[in-house]
Amino acid sequence: MTALIEADELVRIYEVRRGLFGRSSPVRAVDGISLAVMPGETLGIVGESGSGKSTLGRMLLGLDPAQSGEVRFEGSPMPKYGTSGWRALRAKMQLVYQDPLAALDRRLTIAAQISEPLDIHRLVPKEHQAARIAELMAAVGLRSDQAGRFPHELSGGQRQRAVIARALASRPKLLVCDEPVSALDVSIQAQVVNMLRDLQEKNGIAMVFISHDLKVVRNIADRVAVMYLGRVVEEASSDVIFRLPQHPYTKALVSSVPIPGKPLEGRVILQGEPPNPANRPSGCAFHPRCPVARDICRTSVPALRRTGNGRTAACHAVAGETASVETLRRRA
Amino acid sequence: MIRFVFVRLMRAVITILAVVTFAFVVLRMSGDPAQVMLGPDVPQDAVDAFRKTWGLDQPIWIQYLAYIKSIFTGDFGVSMRDKASALRLVLERVPATLQLTLPALILKLMIGIPAGVYAALHRQSFADRGVITLAIIGFTVPSFVMGLVLVLIFSVLLGVLPSGGQDTWMHGILPTITMSIGGIGILARFSRSAMIEVLGQPYIRTASAKGLKWRDVIWSHALPNAAVPIVTIVGFMVGSLIAGAVVVESIFSWPGIGRLLIVSVSNRDLAVVQCILLIIAAAMVMSNLVVDLLYGWLDPRLRSHAGH
Amino acid sequence: MASVDLAERSPLAGWLRGSISFLRRKVPLSVAFGFLWLAAMIVIALFAGYLRPYDITAMDLTSRLSAPGTLKHLLGTDELGRDVLSRLIQSIRVSLIIAFGATVLSAVFGTALGFAAARFRGLTEHLVLALADFQAALPFLIMSLAVLAFFGSSMVLLVCLMGFYGWERYARIARGLAISAGAQGYAAAVVQLGATPARVYLRHILPNVASTLIVSMTLTFPEIILMESGLSFLGLGVQPPETSLGNMVGFGREYLTRAPWIMLAPAAVIMLTTLSISLVGDWLRDKLDPTVR
Repeated sequence: MTALIEADELVRIYEVRRGLFGRSSPVRAVDGISLAVMPGETLGIVGESGSGKSTLGRMLLGLDPAQSGEVRFEGSPMPKYGTSGWRALRAKMQLVYQDPLAALDRRLTIAAQISEPLDIHRLVPKEHQAARIAELMAAVGLRSDQAGRFPHELSGGQRQRAVIARALASRPKLLVCDEPVSALDVSIQAQVVNMLRDLQEKNGIAMVFISHDLKVVRNIADRVAVMYLGRVVEEASSDVIFRLPQHPYTKALVSSVPIPGKPLEGRVILQGEPPNPANRPSGCAFHPRCPVARDICRTSVPALRRTGNGRTAACHAVAGETASVETLRRRA
Repeated sequence: MIRFVFVRLMRAVITILAVVTFAFVVLRMSGDPAQVMLGPDVPQDAVDAFRKTWGLDQPIWIQYLAYIKSIFTGDFGVSMRDKASALRLVLERVPATLQLTLPALILKLMIGIPAGVYAALHRQSFADRGVITLAIIGFTVPSFVMGLVLVLIFSVLLGVLPSGGQDTWMHGILPTITMSIGGIGILARFSRSAMIEVLGQPYIRTASAKGLKWRDVIWSHALPNAAVPIVTIVGFMVGSLIAGAVVVESIFSWPGIGRLLIVSVSNRDLAVVQCILLIIAAAMVMSNLVVDLLYGWLDPRLRSHAGH
Repeated sequence: MASVDLAERSPLAGWLRGSISFLRRKVPLSVAFGFLWLAAMIVIALFAGYLRPYDITAMDLTSRLSAPGTLKHLLGTDELGRDVLSRLIQSIRVSLIIAFGATVLSAVFGTALGFAAARFRGLTEHLVLALADFQAALPFLIMSLAVLAFFGSSMVLLVCLMGFYGWERYARIARGLAISAGAQGYAAAVVQLGATPARVYLRHILPNVASTLIVSMTLTFPEIILMESGLSFLGLGVQPPETSLGNMVGFGREYLTRAPWIMLAPAAVIMLTTLSISLVGDWLRDKLDPTVR
C-alpha cells in the first residue's frame, strides 16, 4: 500500500531577531523529519511545547514551506502555499485547531461556517447543502437547533465539534489535529477524542494527531512519533511504545502517565532545564537531561535507527540493527 | 539612548524628504513650469530656451535631484509677484506668526493642563463641568467662527478691543484668545482623563495606602505618569496650532506666514507656497522630534524598544 | 381621562409608550437631540431643492441686508438681497455632500491600503506606514492649501482632497485587525479551508472590522466638515456662485457689523452639526466598540 502523505527530511528554521538591529539567531523548529501516514491510519505526534510538533503539522498541510525536504500527498509534491493548486487540495486535507473560538468567525452562524468548504470548493449543489449540513452536525453530535447559533453561544466542546464538522464537510482524506482537546475541559476531552476516532474509522480518514498529552494520544493513535527539539527521537506502534519505550525521553514521558488501579511506579523524573529551541545543546539534544548520558552523547548526534519490530529510535544507548534508517533507505 | 535618538533622527530626515518629494510631484503635475512661468502666448523657441536654462530638458530624475539639491542649499526660487527671494519673504513673516503661536501655546499649557488636573481631582465640581464644556467648544467650534464671534462681542458690541492689525499689544489679544481657547479645553479634557486613569492604577492606591500624604502621591506618583499621554497630545497640537494660525491671521489681518500663504495661494505664487510648505514641515518634524525625545526621557520603557 | 385610558389599552399606543420609555432609558437626552438634528440635516440635504423658498442667486434688491424675522425672509437677506434661509439650505446640502463623499472615499481608500499592508506585508506595509507618517507630519489644512494653490479649486478636486483626510486612521485600524485575524484567528482558518484572498477579506475580515471602521467614520465626518468649511471660509474651497457653510461665513464676515445674521446662521449650523455627530458618535462608540478611543 502506498502512503497517503509522506514527508522527506523536512527542515524549517526560523530566524529570531532580537531588537531592530539585534543579531538574528536560527531556531531549528523542524530539523530533518521523515514520516509517512497510510490511508486510514492515525499517527500520534507527541512532544513538549517547543519541540516543533505544531510546525511539523503545518508543514504537512503546506501552510509553512519546507526550507529543504519535501512533502508528497498521494504521490505528488505539495503545491506552493496560496496557489490555486494548493487551495484546491484543501478539500482533501484539513486542520483542527487548538482554540475553536479563534478558528470560527464570530459573526457567522454555525451552519454558515460548516457550509463554507462546500461553497468554496462547490462540492454540493445549493439545494442539497442544508441536508449535508444537518448530516454533518448530527455526525459530530450537534443538535439541529444549534445551526442558527453563533460561536460565542456554544460551549467549548460544542465549538470544537463545529470546527470538526467544518473540517469534515469536504470529505477530506487527511485530518491534522493540532492539540484538538487541550483547550477543553478534561471531562469533555474523552468525548471529543472518542468522537474523532469513530468518525475517522467510519470514513477511513487518515489522521495526524498532535498533542503534548500522552494519555490522549494513546487512546487514538495507531503509531506514535515522539519529538524532541525538532527531531523524532522514537517511533513505534502505539501498544509497543507504551509497553516498552526505548528512548530515555520516551521512558520518562510514559512513566508519568498514571494507569488506573496501579500506583505510579518507577517514575523517571527529568532533570535540568526544559528545552529551549533557540539554544540547542551539542550532540544529542536530550543529553543535559538524560539519566544515561555518556561522553559520546555530548559530541555526536545519534541517528534514527531501526531497533527491530518496525520501530525506530535515535539514541546511542539503545542497541539497534547496525544500519541507520538513512543508510537502509539509500541501499533500497 | 543613542540608538533611540538615531532612529528618531532618521525618521525625521525621511519625512522631510517625503515632503520635498510631495512638493516636487505636485509642482510637476500641476502643469509645465515653462508655460506657467512664461504664459501661454510665448513663442516655442523662448520656451525651449527657458527649459534649457532651468534644466527642464533633462530627464525627470535629474530634475528631481537638482530640485532636492537646490532645496537643501536654501534656494527656494523667487516670488512671481515681486521677484524677491521666496525664502526671504517667508522668513520676514515668521516673527509675526511666532508672536501669536507661542503665547497661544503657553496659554494652552499653563491653563489647560492645571485645569485638567484640577478637574480630575475634583470630579463633578463646577470646574470639572467647565472643563468639559470648554472641551466641547474646542471640538465643535471652528476657529473662524470663534474669532468672528469674539470680534462681534469685543470690537463691534463693546468696542474695547481692535478687530484687526498688528499695531499694539492690544491687537494681539483677540487672535491669541481665538487660537488658544478651544485648545485649552481639549488639553484640559485630555489631561483630566489621563489623570483619572492614572489615579485608578494600583500603584497610586499602594502609595496612599502606605501612608504617603495625598499631595505627595499626586506630585511624585500620579503627575509623572500622567505626563506621558499629555506630552503626546501636546505634540499633535503643534500641527493644529500652525493650521490655526493660517485661519486666525486671515481673520485678524495679522501679517504672519499664514496670511502670506493665503495670499500666495490665491495668486498661485508657487515658489512662496512651496517654501512655506517646507518650512512648516520642518517645524512639525522638529517638534515631533522634541516630543519623541521628551517621551524617551519621561518613559524609560520606550528607550529599550527604540525599534517600535 | 377616558381617552387616556382608551389610548393605553390600544396595542399601538402601548408599543409607542414602551418604545419611548425604552429610548428614555437607553438614549440620553443629548444623544436624542443629536439624532434629531442629524435627521433634520439629512432631510434638508436630500430635499434642498423643494425646501428652499428662493433660488440661491435670486436677488431682491429692494430688501438688501434686511434683518431676520420678516415673513418674506425668515433669516433675513444678504448684501445682494439674496434670501439667507435659501442659501443656508443649499449650503447644508453642499457641505454634507462633500463631507459624506470624502468620508466614504477616505474610509474605502484607507481600508484598502490597510488590507493591502496586512496581506502583502514587507515593502507594501512599509510604504503604507511611511505614507501615514508623512500625512501626520503636515497639517492637513496646509497640505490642502498647497494642492489648491497648484491645481486651482474645483468641486471634484475638493471632494478628492478631503477624501485623503483621515485615511491613515482607517489604514492603521484595518491593518492591525487584519493581521491579528490572520495570524492565529478565523481568517487563517478560512484560508486553510481553501478560500481565495478576496473571499477571506470581503466575506470574513471586512464584516468583522466594519463596526470599528464605522465608529472611526463618526470621528472623521465632523472633522471633514470643519476642514471644508475652513477652506471655504478662506475662499479656497467651494467657489461662488455655489455656496457652502464655510463659504457663507466667509462672505458674511464682510458685513459683521451691519448684518451679523448672514454669518451667524451658518456658523450655528456648523457647530450644532459637529456637536450632534460627536454626541451620537460617542454614544455609538460605547455601544458598538469599546476598544476604540
